[in-house]
Amino acid sequence: MSDLWRMTGHAAHEGLRAREFSAVELTQSVLDRVAEVEARVHSYVTVTAELALEQARAADAMFASGTASPLTGLPVAVKDLIVTKGVRTTAGSRILENFVPPYDSHVYEQIRRAGAVMVGKANMDEFAMGSSTEHSAFGPTHNPWDLSLVPGGSSGGSAAAVAAGECLIALGSDTGGSIRQPAGLCGVVGLDPTYGRVSRFGIIAFGSSLDQVGPIGRDVEDVATMLDCIGGHDPRDSTTNPEPMPDMRAYLGRDIRGLRVGVPREYFIPGMQPGVRAQFEAALKTLESLGAEVDLSLSLPSTEHALAVYYIIAPCEASANLARYDGVKYGFSDRTGPTMWANMEATRAAGFGPEVKRRIMLGTFALSAGYYDAYYLKAQKVRTLINREFAAAFAKYDVIVTPTSPTVAFPIGAKVEDPFAMYLNDIYTIPASVAGLPSMNVPCGLSEGLPVGLQIIGNFFDEGRVISAGHAFERATGFANRLPEIA
Amino acid sequence: MALSPSDVLHIARLARVGLTAPEVERLAGQLSAILDHFETLAAVPTEGVEPTAHPLPLANVMREDAIAPSLPASVVLRNAPQQEDGYFRVRAVLE
Repeated sequence: MSDLWRMTGHAAHEGLRAREFSAVELTQSVLDRVAEVEARVHSYVTVTAELALEQARAADAMFASGTASPLTGLPVAVKDLIVTKGVRTTAGSRILENFVPPYDSHVYEQIRRAGAVMVGKANMDEFAMGSSTEHSAFGPTHNPWDLSLVPGGSSGGSAAAVAAGECLIALGSDTGGSIRQPAGLCGVVGLDPTYGRVSRFGIIAFGSSLDQVGPIGRDVEDVATMLDCIGGHDPRDSTTNPEPMPDMRAYLGRDIRGLRVGVPREYFIPGMQPGVRAQFEAALKTLESLGAEVDLSLSLPSTEHALAVYYIIAPCEASANLARYDGVKYGFSDRTGPTMWANMEATRAAGFGPEVKRRIMLGTFALSAGYYDAYYLKAQKVRTLINREFAAAFAKYDVIVTPTSPTVAFPIGAKVEDPFAMYLNDIYTIPASVAGLPSMNVPCGLSEGLPVGLQIIGNFFDEGRVISAGHAFERATGFANRLPEIA
Repeated sequence: MALSPSDVLHIARLARVGLTAPEVERLAGQLSAILDHFETLAAVPTEGVEPTAHPLPLANVMREDAIAPSLPASVVLRNAPQQEDGYFRVRAVLE
């Protein structure tokens, strides 16, 4: 029984339904695993062990009364920018170190009602700004495949928790790659749904035209199950799609013969590691062997501008969103100065870390008088060009595939002092984010003993095809639920 | 685009972020370097191209103007750094 934490969510669900073990036993197995590895991995800002066992008992009651759903009793990690009533929510920031939300986010409400068990609040780059989880005010998360390496970010705690067995499924959020990139570097599956698919009610905002919540899991089936639970219209988020969401699990196990797969040539850049390229090319062969029509002639010429577009628009939106942290209504507050303005500046000086300050400064500059047209407005126009190219591509292709990241996981400390080098980690994930398209990381092999990820991008609200393609690929390769030994 | 330390101080004041002298120096260099990488955008032809504010074809989503319960003030004030008589307390804004 002690190895229950190794199971996928759907396998655990079968076990729970057949009464082979209880939700309390499953949760205890995960909590024991947390006790064993958390000091080395540091996936969590807060572990909610007592709450988890209480929720597990409630889950067992749901199985007993016949009201269980596919998520009931499954131990879940929740990224620490997803607000949870009565459970501290920090967004990885000193400024929210003692913030206890008075309400639940939509996604947490959904999984709670489904009977999921929250193991804890997962570590992250402060306010989701970063690609390595080194920008957490509470210390970095370590990659379970090699503890000297970063897990990626910003949902690095969520991805590491899934890979380390510290939960079965996790919730993350993605603005420019923050689900897919850490999932890729940790060898797990991560889905960034279409912008508008999942409610952001109760999600601490970073870039509001980009932010989206999504699942991270051991395999595609678990990710589809979680999306079924959290997706759909929510009147409390006016950007959610009013159309009903189709059943995502219905897209599992489908034949992908004839699937039109585009491979954009602009993604073959000098920064792509040879080992990543080799696994990516092998993945294309696998897709072909499954009957997909892989076409290497796709061109998305504006790809090279996506990074600049993103790193202007996201900081601009962040500078506005983070204006609310003024030390007045909640959060850290420095009240030692003589005036309200002095207190506000001191609060933000001590409450925000270096990357958050950098992005607030960058965004404030790009929105300031005299620079708005040259930076923010220009970036919004180039964003239109990027979107048009994707729209044209999806007239010809069902999905677009690329590597998720140009490199495998890198050492902790390697890029933290060089902001632009850090930004380049997101070069493959940013274009789909800019366009608001659904995209998923699926593990596609190892290079230098470290996971390499395949990114599958779909058309608007077509997560279904992305899931079908990812599931077929995963079943052909056997890379799902491959957990590292933590040294 | 090179930002001087005085440009950085001006932006910091707009953003209400207090910075130390070493932070001002470091940010001047880092922000200038980042902005240099963005110069390529200037050369992209965008005449007649509409800006994209967000990727969805949704606009002006309305809801019923219905009364619904909101959080009690006492609950909202629980996270307040300082409160008094049911209000958030701050130093005087106007002297």
